[in-house]
Parts: sequence; C-alpha cells; structure tokens
Amino acid sequence: MKKTGIAIAIMGLGFGLMSGGVSAADMVVKLGHVGPLTGSISHLGKDNENGALLAIEEYNAKGVTIGGKKIKFEIMGEDDQADPRAGTTVAQRLVDAEVVGVVGHLNSGTTIPASRIYHQAGIPMISPSATNPKLTQQNYAGVFRTIANDVQQGGAIGKFATGALGAKNIAIIDDRTAYGQGLADEVEKSAKATGGKIVAREFTNDKATDFMAILTKIKAQNPDVIFFGGMDAQGGPMLRQLKQLGINAKFITGDGACSGEMLKLAGDALSGNAYCTQAGLPLDKMPGGKDFKERYKKRFNLDVQIYAPYAYDAAAAMIEAMKVADSTVPAKYLSALKAINFQGVTGNVAFDAKGDIKEGAITVYQYKDGGWNPVP
Amino acid sequence: METLLQQIVNGLVVGSVYALVALGYTMVYGILGLINFAHGEVVMIGALTALQTLLILMGVAPDMAPLLKLAIAVLVAMPVCMLLGFLMERLAYRRLRGAPRLAPLITAIGMSFLLQTLAMIIWGRNYHTFPQLISTAPMQPIPGVFVTPVQVAIVIVSALVMAGLILLVTKTRLGRAMRATAENHRVAALMGVDTNAIIALTFVIGAGLAAVAGVMFASNYGIAHYAMGFMPGLKAFTAAVLGGIGNLGGAMLGGIVLGLVEAVGAGYIETMTFGFLNSSYQDIFAFVILGIVLIFRPTGLLGERVSDRA
Repeated sequence: MKKTGIAIAIMGLGFGLMSGGVSAADMVVKLGHVGPLTGSISHLGKDNENGALLAIEEYNAKGVTIGGKKIKFEIMGEDDQADPRAGTTVAQRLVDAEVVGVVGHLNSGTTIPASRIYHQAGIPMISPSATNPKLTQQNYAGVFRTIANDVQQGGAIGKFATGALGAKNIAIIDDRTAYGQGLADEVEKSAKATGGKIVAREFTNDKATDFMAILTKIKAQNPDVIFFGGMDAQGGPMLRQLKQLGINAKFITGDGACSGEMLKLAGDALSGNAYCTQAGLPLDKMPGGKDFKERYKKRFNLDVQIYAPYAYDAAAAMIEAMKVADSTVPAKYLSALKAINFQGVTGNVAFDAKGDIKEGAITVYQYKDGGWNPVP
Repeated sequence: METLLQQIVNGLVVGSVYALVALGYTMVYGILGLINFAHGEVVMIGALTALQTLLILMGVAPDMAPLLKLAIAVLVAMPVCMLLGFLMERLAYRRLRGAPRLAPLITAIGMSFLLQTLAMIIWGRNYHTFPQLISTAPMQPIPGVFVTPVQVAIVIVSALVMAGLILLVTKTRLGRAMRATAENHRVAALMGVDTNAIIALTFVIGAGLAAVAGVMFASNYGIAHYAMGFMPGLKAFTAAVLGGIGNLGGAMLGGIVLGLVEAVGAGYIETMTFGFLNSSYQDIFAFVILGIVLIFRPTGLLGERVSDRA
C-alpha cells in the first residue's frame, strides 16, 4: 500500500514536471519519427531521429504560432528494427497516437509497407532516406521523400557518362534484380537522351562470379564507359575481370556497389577509372551543411552519420507547410506540403507531383588514394 | 576472331573447373547410383578452409613465397575436405544404402543445406577477398587474346589431376576394385573386395578433387563466400549428365563442352537469334544444349561405355 502511494506521488511529480515547460496557452503537436534504433544500422536510425529532433527544437525555440495558438512540437520516436513487419506495427502505433505527420522510415523495405498505413489514416509522411522508386509510384497523396530516388540516380549517371566522362559508346550490365535492372534502365534512357550510344546491354545475376563471357563480348564493341547496375559482391569480381581482359574503359556503378566492401573485393583492380554514385550531397557541399554540422555536434555531441540533414529538412517541410496552411490538421496542411518550396539544409526543398524531391542531388565518387572521393 | 578465341579461352577455364567438380559427382554416381548434391558445398568448404589457412599464414609468416603459401593452403584444404567426404558417407549415406533411391537423394540435399549453414556460422555472411597469389596480370600469347597465369594454372592443374585419376582407375589394383564395385558391389564383395572401404575412398577422392577445384575457383575470381558452391555444383552436375553420368571421361568432356557452350553462347546468342535472346539466357542456352544431347543420346555424350564406369 505504502509503495503504491509513493509511486502515485512520483507519477504526479513527473506529470507536474512534464507539463511545467508548457504554459497553458501552448498547444502540443506530435510528429512521429521511425527508423531502426536497434540492430546493425541503428546508428543510422538514431542519426535520422536526431536530425528531426534538432529541427523541432529549433522551431520551438523560435516560436511557431498556428491558428492563433503558440505551438510546441514533440517527437514520438519509434523503432522499426529495419524490419518491414515491425515497421507496420509501429506505423499503426503512431496512427493510434494521432501524430499529425511522420518523418521516416529509413529503409525502402520498411517504408513502402508502412506508407500504406499512413495513407489510409490520412497522415503525411516524408522519408529522409528511402530511394526505391516504388515508394512514390504508389501514388499515395501524402507520401514524400527528401532524398533523390533511383530514377534520379540513373539519370545522373547517364548524364555524367556522356558529359563529364565524354563517353560516346556505353555498355550496360545489370544483375536482373529490381534494383539493378531499374537503375540500368534509367541510365540507358538518360545516356541515350544526352547523345550516348548503347553499344551493348548485357545481363548477369546476383549470384554470378564469372563475367568473362559477357565482358569479352562487350570488349569487342569497344565502349568508352561500362555501367554496372548491381551490388558490390558482383561489382568487385567484375572489376578484376575487366583488368584481366585488358579492358581500359571507365567503369561506373550505382550506390549498391559504392561501398567500402567494394574496395576490398575489387582490390588492386581499382584505379582512377572506377566511379560510383550515391544519392545526396556530401555534408560539406550542402548549402546549409557546415552550419548544420556544428549545430548538430553542439546539441548531441555526435557527428552526422548520413541522413540527418534529410530528416531535418523533412521535419522542417512539415512545419513550414503547417505555417502556410495555418493549421496542424493533416487534411488541411497536406495541400500546402505539396506546394512547399523553401531553402533547407540539403538544398531547395520542393516536391514533384509524385512526392519526390524536385532537385534531388546525386554525388559521383571516383576511386583515389584507397577510397571513394567525391568528384568536384 | 580475337573475340571468338577469347571466348574459347574463357570457356576452357570455366570448363576445367566444372570438369574437376563433375568428376566427384560422376564417381559417386558410378559406384552408388547416388547424386551427391552436397558435392558443391565441399568445393565451398575447400575454398574457405584454404582462405582461413592463408590468413593464418599471412599472420605468422608474411615473408613466405606466395606459391608456397598457396600450396600449403591446398594441402590443408584437401585433407579437411577428404575427412568431410568420409564423414558424409559414413554418417549419412552408408545407413541409407539399402533404402529406396529417394531417401539418400533427399539426405544429400539436406547435407548441402547443413554444410552451407555451418559455413555461414563459421565464416559469416559476408563475401571474403581471396588472396590472388598466382598473378592475374594479363598476357597476350596471341595479340588481342588475354590469358592470365592463374587461368593457365587452372587448366594445367585440372588436366594433371584428371590424368592422375584416370591412371588410378584404369591401371592400379585399387582402380580395378573400384570398377568392380561400380559394376556390382555384391559380386565384388564376394570376390574379396572390401566394398565399404572402396565406396568411402570414392567419396574421399571426390572431395579431394573438390577442394582443389574450390581453391582454383576462389583464386581465379578473388572471392570466397558460404554460398559460392551452389552454382558451380549445379553446373558440374549438368556437365556430368551431359558427358554421361558415371563415366569419368564423360565428366571431363561434359565439363569442357559446357564451359565452351556457356562462353560462346553468352557471346553469340544475341547475334544468332537476331537480338531475340540476350545474355540473360546464358544459362538456358546451356540447358537447351543438354536437352538436345539427351534427346539423341539419352545416356550422355560418352554414356554407353558402361563397363568403364568407376
């Protein structure tokens, strides 16, 4: 009995403290955030959450008045463990908690199934890091992302090949997965549109290790650039075999092989002829990047991992839209979110009709001094 | 012309590895009528054991000559795989020798899963870089045709190992016992052949060859992985059937033919079908050839020489 009494007293104290910061006139508005907070990429999930948290704290400090009321934003952070099933469970939890918008999720695989739940509940969501084109191809009105998708990535690769690399003849290989094939198709389209000629289109699979036959065939076509759409496990051996066959063409691949693992697997076959791409700009190159880096470090005493600026812009986009619509009701501020246009940390934030970021940046990296370095 | 020659080189190298693995399938089938689907996994264990040995050697003796390191790695991988082959036969297949043919077949598939999972637990899911100790710097014996020392080594080692096996089977007492067991193991037992030992030995030899194939495969491509045995295993099985399963010469011929068909097929399928088919049909092309051969020669290319089985 006594214990219960104390517990109630402590709880009462807790509630008192919690409400202490909010004056009677303030209205609390909850935004959801979802990312993997446990598991192998939990550092990235926490990074996203911190990005969104920094945004709402800065808005709270500045003071936001909507519908004549002073607003205090709060983040309800959930863990989807990078697991699609856990992702839908926590999505439902956020819907039940009546959040007015969601920043997340981190992975394409968790974002796509969860987006349906937010869509049905009429809650807008903005992913800071899911790049699979399917997410926005579902044509859900309230689904957005602040990072470039794979269609944009493919387009940028094609343009880079014909432009900066000056390629006339391009050979394309893909691993017949949804990712590899999708990316390769976009590269082909954009290379053709910018004056390149596709001299070979070859295929392998995501379990193959021998590419000698298709590479020999490609060699006979004498391409300037070879693009591979696939993962590092194939990209590494492929680079080695290019060298074995004495092919000197430039090699470019997408984010699936733009990894540290690729550096290990390709080994001494890597040279300045190897390029790869990642969605987004390096932090120092973002318009608000340097300043953001300092604010983030000051607040969390941590370095930015990857996507925190995109999460920051996602949360900011929602709050800006609420300010324009003068309402925090999802159905009312959604139209303002669709038309939003402001200067964020990562660049200009504006969405196209599907919900993809309009000026999605892609960075090309070149192999140099034992690592991938951004091409200036 | 250079392209065709290059494709033939590519095909020969891949085909030599297929042939070496195919021998393991065909030897076991010849003696027991069992398709040992776990054989591809033995290739993988061979490669990963060699990798582990190399990593240790690089730690304790970094200055050792590269070829010596590779030789030691092979000499470690072979007995490990031989022991594995022996245990597989002793623990799993021997008990099922009198059972309907489906039972050992399913057991072999289960064994394959078991070995893959074990390797995944030991070596993890990641791809490993396999040190390429034989040079991969390309040479041009004919202008425009690129051959690397490791590819030459693969073809030579395969040829030597296969020649040794043929000699063993055709010229020695042991080989005669193997052939007798293959023909009829009850009668062979009555003639004083220890058939259990011969069958175990067949598994051991096949696993030893698989270890060599695994090391060559990993050296050529520079990677090793717990699931790397599956595709070469499947292709080698196809090669064994193509050549006439149960026939040693057939396995070698089948391996080389399959390697050549794949390389040349991937290179020319698009031209041959006027762009209707492309290199994503590379594997189908190989199986179409297999189908055609089996229609006209149901026992495979060399399958009729039943008395030569081992």
